Amino acid sequence: MSSVADAAAHGAERHHPDLVHHFESLPAQKEAATLGMWVFIAQEVMFFGGLFAAYTIYRHLYFHAFVQSSRHLNLPLGAINTAVLICSSLTMAMGVHASALGRRRATVAWLLLTVALGSVFLGIKAVEYKDKFEHHLVPGESFQAEELHLEGPAARPAQIFYSLYFAMTGLHAAHMVVGIPIILTIAWMAHRGRFSPEYHTPVEMTGLYWHFVDIIWIFLFPLLYLIGRHH
Amino acid sequence: MSSSEHIVSPVVYVGVFLALMALTGLTVFASTVDLGMWNTPVALLIAVTKAVLVVLFFMHLKYSSRLASLAVGAALLWLLLLIAGVVADYLSRGWVGSPGT
Amino acid sequence: MTTQIGPGTGEPPRPPLPPALSEPPPPRVNYLNVAYGVKSWLLTTDHKRIALLYLASVTLMFFLGGAFAVLIRLELVTPAGDLVQSETYNKLFTMHGIIMVFFFLIPSIPAVLGNFLIPIMIGARDLAFPRLNLLSWYIYVFGAAFTVYALVSGGVDTGWTFYAPYSTTYSNTHVIAAGLGIFINGFSSILTGLNFIVTIHRMRAPGLTWFRLPLFVWAHYATSLIFVLGTPVIAITLLTVVLERALHLGIYDPRLGGDPILFQHLFWFYSHPAVYIMILPAMGVVSELVSCFSRKRIFGYPVVAMSSLAIAVIGFLVWGHHMFVSGQSTYAGLIFSFLSFLVAIPSAIKVFNWTATLYKGSVSWDTPMLYAIGFVGLFTIGGLTGLFLASLGLDVHVTDTYFVVAHFHYIMVGGAIMGYLGGIHFWWPKITGRLYPEMWARVAAVIVFAGFNLTFFPQFILGYLGMPRRYHAYPEEFQVLNVMSSAGASILGLGYLLPMIYLVWSMRYGPKASANPWQAKGLEWQTASPPITENFERQPVVPEEAYQYAPESEARVV
Repeated sequence: MSSVADAAAHGAERHHPDLVHHFESLPAQKEAATLGMWVFIAQEVMFFGGLFAAYTIYRHLYFHAFVQSSRHLNLPLGAINTAVLICSSLTMAMGVHASALGRRRATVAWLLLTVALGSVFLGIKAVEYKDKFEHHLVPGESFQAEELHLEGPAARPAQIFYSLYFAMTGLHAAHMVVGIPIILTIAWMAHRGRFSPEYHTPVEMTGLYWHFVDIIWIFLFPLLYLIGRHH
Repeated sequence: MSSSEHIVSPVVYVGVFLALMALTGLTVFASTVDLGMWNTPVALLIAVTKAVLVVLFFMHLKYSSRLASLAVGAALLWLLLLIAGVVADYLSRGWVGSPGT
Repeated sequence: MTTQIGPGTGEPPRPPLPPALSEPPPPRVNYLNVAYGVKSWLLTTDHKRIALLYLASVTLMFFLGGAFAVLIRLELVTPAGDLVQSETYNKLFTMHGIIMVFFFLIPSIPAVLGNFLIPIMIGARDLAFPRLNLLSWYIYVFGAAFTVYALVSGGVDTGWTFYAPYSTTYSNTHVIAAGLGIFINGFSSILTGLNFIVTIHRMRAPGLTWFRLPLFVWAHYATSLIFVLGTPVIAITLLTVVLERALHLGIYDPRLGGDPILFQHLFWFYSHPAVYIMILPAMGVVSELVSCFSRKRIFGYPVVAMSSLAIAVIGFLVWGHHMFVSGQSTYAGLIFSFLSFLVAIPSAIKVFNWTATLYKGSVSWDTPMLYAIGFVGLFTIGGLTGLFLASLGLDVHVTDTYFVVAHFHYIMVGGAIMGYLGGIHFWWPKITGRLYPEMWARVAAVIVFAGFNLTFFPQFILGYLGMPRRYHAYPEEFQVLNVMSSAGASILGLGYLLPMIYLVWSMRYGPKASANPWQAKGLEWQTASPPITENFERQPVVPEEAYQYAPESEARVV
């Protein structure tokens, strides 16, 4: 049983409105939440991992088709999107920082900026997808490989590249589409004064999620956009 | 502010941000140069460096519990296991037994 | 309230004890009667109530999966495919497999017994994330609904293994709905695993070091590692199947250069560790039962604890043994075969240690122990036949035959389900505050054991003689063994129905249970039956090792 001194020290936190009944203290609660979030990220790594495994195999088997397919992706837009996401990670980190210092308005501002940047990313992605539709590079009946300078049997694996392109960037985009409303919710809660230096765990956890989404893109960008660009 | 929390200075954040932008530029540049078989490893190395910076500083892993680092390590190990295990099949076809098996 | 060094010097009570007159009466308010009404159940965050929500749902799914088994065994009574068409038969074994694997076996012990017991066993008031726990249940229900929808709108015929390109291109059944159902259900598993990992790391009572944990907790920790690291892979794999069918994002289509073997790699990377998800919790239950009903600490406790982790880790390295004849490289087959022999070692260690625990123990044969010992025997047979399958040459002969079917049913049914039933009976007094009728329970256990062996032992012979699996018609010379198997199935079914009846009966009419009717060790027995919502009146402290049944001197010998 905890000593009387500990009990007294914890007394103040025990009555903290954000402390739930099954944890002994706020730090313990925060430790658990942080560990839980990292375990969640671990499973996300394995989730995307299946697609990365498929990508590795097919890039090995059909390198030429992958090179030709990759060249048709819009490198400037991809690079800009990478920069946009990195900026959004900075703004998110600054938002978490502000919440740790109890700066309510700064927190909200940084979080809204993050949402704005995330939306720019999705907008650019939409432009890219539309372009693929127009150039008949969406896998399926209407797929045409002429623009990729691939003929005959060599052209068919290009559909595999584009299937992976849409699956991987689509899954990534879906994670952002889920993340943005979450950040907006957290921003609203911050606006209402819900967080404090003692309790801002939701902001931190959202930050961890958002940074993870950024890391996925950090790998997707070179793997999809930068194959054999020197040829 | 609770005693267990480490507040990272915004200077660190901006520094990491600038590094990430520079590395992005570097990876685009490196892809235009013919490095032979080294293009892919270089691209991956740059991506890994960026990811490490994000994980350590933006995600505060450097200031978190050892258990959190263990979780990250396990995830990376398992990812490697998945990819390596699958790739190993394709690479080892023909090593033993009839051709193509 | 601290743990007590109990009266155990090796005299077990038999049968379980109702409350003695000298004991304090149980608290009038417990987790069951603290609130009434549908909302108090559907919006609960109490891990014990969530466990019961799962109990109801998995039981429902068990009988649904069982119904398909009945139809399968009925068809197989005659050599001709005369009960159903082959297309229908394909749907029968597919639905049986999907429901039993994903909606019964995988959740059963963790979601029911794990949810209920883990917080209590470690002296906590709840899991780390109670609301996430409730969400896990709703996700399970949502996934099950998708699957039932697939079922009622015509079924799926790909086998529970969903092999491409049949599942992605050629099947005309509800692959997307079924795939989505399993995909959704996967997140129920993942979140449960996440909850268990954080809880076990961060919420143990003072004095409860890792090597004082009950082996049930070790088993669930290892299982949770598989939940978190493996399940996402089948999630993405089924998602790619759904995307290929729905949006033509084809990565397995051979016409485009896609490789169906890649599907199998990704599928089995999870689905092999999944079998360890199904067996490890049962092994954890067996450790608790063997210890209590031998009145003895488990022989080699630290090794048994580590063996759970070893099974979880090595279990991720053997998936290719499902692909020996698929076109995978022979060299990979060699490595996977070797590793599959390795993974048998920690399992064997457990069997040896359980057996050694019995030696010089004071053994009693209450129902839970019948199930536990049944588990040890049947798991051993199932495990040994796994070595047959792990041998490359032998596997070429028996792959895709009834030998494989018998092997995994020995482990899943002879092992996992018997472990589940043993645990349900053992902890029934704790969960419900009632005692079940011991005589009926023992009769049912014997019926289950007999019915099980009659159902599945002939299948080893059938498979070795060459009868393929997933066929509804077979050569005449196989009929006798098939009839035996179907007869066994009817007995097994009776064995499963009996507990349904008497357990439900006991909830109303069974004698009230004391806090510790088995005189067992463990924190769960130091609190009331049924427990209060907060589990303990005061934070427990753990001053001693686990399983201190025997006097100190004897305990040290092992």
